[in-house]
Amino acid sequence: MTRINDFAIKLANVNGTGSASANGLLMQSMFRMGIPVAGKNLFPSNIQGLPTWYEIRVSKDGYGARALDYDLMVAMDAQTYGRDVHEVRVGGYVLYDSTWPLHEDLHRSYVTFLGVPLAKMCNDNFQDARTRILLKNIMYTGTLAALLNLDMEIVGELIKESYGRKPALLEANSKALQLGYDYAKANFECPLPFHCTKMDANSNKILIDGNTATALGAVYAGATVAGWYPITPATSVMDAFKSFCEKYRVDPVTKKNNYAFLQAEDELAAIGMVIGASWAGARSFTSTAGPGISLMNELIGLAYYAEIPAVIVDVQRTGPSTGMPTRTQQSDILLCAYASHGDTKHILLFPSNPAECFDFAVRSFDLAEQFQTPVFLLSDLDIGMNDWVVDRLEWDDNYKPNRGKVLTSDELDQLQAYYRYSPVDENFVAARTLPGVNAKGSFFTRGSGHNQLGGYTETPSEYQEVMDRLLKKHKAAAQFVPEAIIKHKQGATFGIISVGGCDQACLEAIDILEGDGIHANYMRVRGFPFGKEVEKFIMEQDFCYVVEQNRDGQLKTLLVLETRVPKEKLLSILSYGGFPLSAKTVVDGIQHKRTKKKTEPKHEVAMEE
Amino acid sequence: MPSIAKPIVTHPSLAKNALGLTVRAYEGAMSTLCAGCGHDSVTAAIIRAVWELSLPPHMIGKFSGIGCSSKTPTYFVGGAHGFNSAHGRMPAIATGAGAANRSLVAIGISGDGDSLSIGLGQMGHVIRRNLNMVYIIENNGVYGLTKGQFSASADVGSKSKKGEANRTSPIDPILLGLSLGATFIARSFSGDKEQLIPLIQAGMKHNGLALIDVISPCVTFNDHEGSTKSYAYTRKHEFSATESNFVIGADEITANIKKNGLTAVTMHDGSVMQFTRTPDGYDPTDRAKVFSYVQEHLSEGKVPTGLLYIDESSADMHDVMDTTETPLSTLPYDTLCPGKSALDSLMEDFR
Repeated sequence: MTRINDFAIKLANVNGTGSASANGLLMQSMFRMGIPVAGKNLFPSNIQGLPTWYEIRVSKDGYGARALDYDLMVAMDAQTYGRDVHEVRVGGYVLYDSTWPLHEDLHRSYVTFLGVPLAKMCNDNFQDARTRILLKNIMYTGTLAALLNLDMEIVGELIKESYGRKPALLEANSKALQLGYDYAKANFECPLPFHCTKMDANSNKILIDGNTATALGAVYAGATVAGWYPITPATSVMDAFKSFCEKYRVDPVTKKNNYAFLQAEDELAAIGMVIGASWAGARSFTSTAGPGISLMNELIGLAYYAEIPAVIVDVQRTGPSTGMPTRTQQSDILLCAYASHGDTKHILLFPSNPAECFDFAVRSFDLAEQFQTPVFLLSDLDIGMNDWVVDRLEWDDNYKPNRGKVLTSDELDQLQAYYRYSPVDENFVAARTLPGVNAKGSFFTRGSGHNQLGGYTETPSEYQEVMDRLLKKHKAAAQFVPEAIIKHKQGATFGIISVGGCDQACLEAIDILEGDGIHANYMRVRGFPFGKEVEKFIMEQDFCYVVEQNRDGQLKTLLVLETRVPKEKLLSILSYGGFPLSAKTVVDGIQHKRTKKKTEPKHEVAMEE
Repeated sequence: MPSIAKPIVTHPSLAKNALGLTVRAYEGAMSTLCAGCGHDSVTAAIIRAVWELSLPPHMIGKFSGIGCSSKTPTYFVGGAHGFNSAHGRMPAIATGAGAANRSLVAIGISGDGDSLSIGLGQMGHVIRRNLNMVYIIENNGVYGLTKGQFSASADVGSKSKKGEANRTSPIDPILLGLSLGATFIARSFSGDKEQLIPLIQAGMKHNGLALIDVISPCVTFNDHEGSTKSYAYTRKHEFSATESNFVIGADEITANIKKNGLTAVTMHDGSVMQFTRTPDGYDPTDRAKVFSYVQEHLSEGKVPTGLLYIDESSADMHDVMDTTETPLSTLPYDTLCPGKSALDSLMEDFR
């Protein structure tokens, strides 16, 4: 049976051998053929020699979550050969390098083995040892182009775009591609029963990773100061920010830089720089991952208490401690919500894809300055480092940054006297002043106890007055964070709640369940403090499954703590092994819980959860 | 001395600076430090220094960490924004503020605990970055607010108030600064205002980080016999290694100053630091020689003071980053946002 534009392949490689560019080329070719496609890079925390996988899911219906069910395995890593072959579905295919004979133990009766003498062909056609290794990847790309019916003109065009300026490389790559293609055409029945055919689903789409989109959002928001420390998987936010600044932020006349890019000595300093710059009136941000947030906790509390804007991008990875730096998770939710010692609460934004990374990055700066407080943009490795197909990013030239209440020199001259924390507006925010503007606006910023005028205090009532206002200010932010996305299904009595990068798997799971006659309403939380709609949605459901990628059900905990919903109503579906979520995991989790729910008394389910 | 209120009336005979301001305009809140604290003398020197320089108060940025020293920015230039941050984190806060607004005259006040222990990393890196600021360490060898523990600058053998002798080797900020590439290094004594004021002024005019270590005795916890940071000990062992005059601006009076050789160093704005005396063979622009000189004297128990090292040709943080002259914080948004058409064409790169 032929399947068009609906299959999944997995490529098993050794990292550091140049497979990433070949795999990217493969995915981009499919994208240019107008087909909905999703790529997931499952890579090790290593420079060279360890196993690395790349998965491509082709879905005419636009499903982009991990497939877990592979039609074709490109098995290029001897270390993992055994388990890689095992992951291929019955009736699937394995592409391997037949330069060396396949060990008998590795044969499987239910899959078809496609041997291509890649190493031999490389050795026969290319001289240099490193070139031979690198071109092996392009060669199997050629083979796949034939097997999967890719448009060779598009593949060739992409190679030209990559190596156009280096004729020798262009020639070698083109040759390797053609050799792989010709071998497949001569030796196999092409195309395979599952393959690609041109569509027109991508005319308004782009292929972009979340970190690049986040950086672009920071540029468009007008951020001028970046303070950061290298850390996987957040580093590419700053790599992208720097390169966008080099492109867009050099003064056309003086050739001077309209930005400051500060690689700090550690995350303690990175957040300090952000706070100092925001205090002085620049839009400023940092990007980091969980270990960096742990270090930043100290000064996050200072920014919260002294009411200084700060935008913190947390591209989450698996914890605790060093954890698995190149694997994804959503395990910093509680850490960020309550970061730092003492009573603190922070604004969180949860993008679910690169397009939202762009939008929410801009909104982070507006919220941070409107509420004069740290704002966390909680992305993750899956969103941040994988290429996603999303709508083209849009910009409205009418956008004006919300700088919050900042007094000008003239406004200060009109005042009898200026006090930093009084009077406050309807959102419990007081006007701030910037250094270098007017001596009348001067004040002494302190993380020590202060009263509503900004003066030092150790008096309980004065201290509490400020702390109580900070709580009211936090609550007021609920109506300004991105509202939850809610989707109702006819006849549904229960809900599924998710956050961030779980979105695609949940939406697909809901469709699968619907096919089985199980109807589920859906809510994706996009901000904290939670808007009214979050509590209302949960109250309307008999119960809700909370799908998230951490062990302890952190979103569920936050919902229980910060809304009035009974905790018995919330049941966790968790995935926290470090790979992106698949719809199958969600469906299986729900089916399992449903079976249990029917057979066990209700209160026991509640206790278990 | 918080119990004494400052007089509200200004004496009519008080002199005015070029901005028409008396020294009172550069004062701050009443100090809450112990009577006789060396830090209050440093505060007084800062007030005098900025008044003489006729700096507009609102163009000054005051930064500090945590500790007795870090409280002092409230006590000077009330018309300037101040930031009393977290323990050891002043350098990062000042770096961010300096990055955002390069037109501020940044004064960082730190202590030996704040800079040489918890903040050693940040101090080291702000020196490397050569942020344009005056970085004053009010150095008393002891933790005051927590009642008398040794700090990292306490000398071996120096005794605590309870009689216990310190046995771990000290970190000397001058030697550290020299090794980290600091471009302006001075040491002074809180009891020597005549030396300290011109050092602060020259530090403010220096294009980069001016590290000024000020021995500033703690009258409550470290002013006893056996302490090497007491008033008595410091007066006996401190000596002015270099003597220098700071001459503001390049007016007629300074036109005659010899600017070649070692006698004078022209600061960034044309002001001149004139060395009136240096030891034989001493070259305040030769890092290695200064290092040996300071180290030899310290090992003999002597504390050389004055402007010890200067490299006025150095590039500050903004020079290195090639940042625009306009403070980033004041750049209009439309110069920062590339706009819709740029985004639309950029999207083609992601196809």
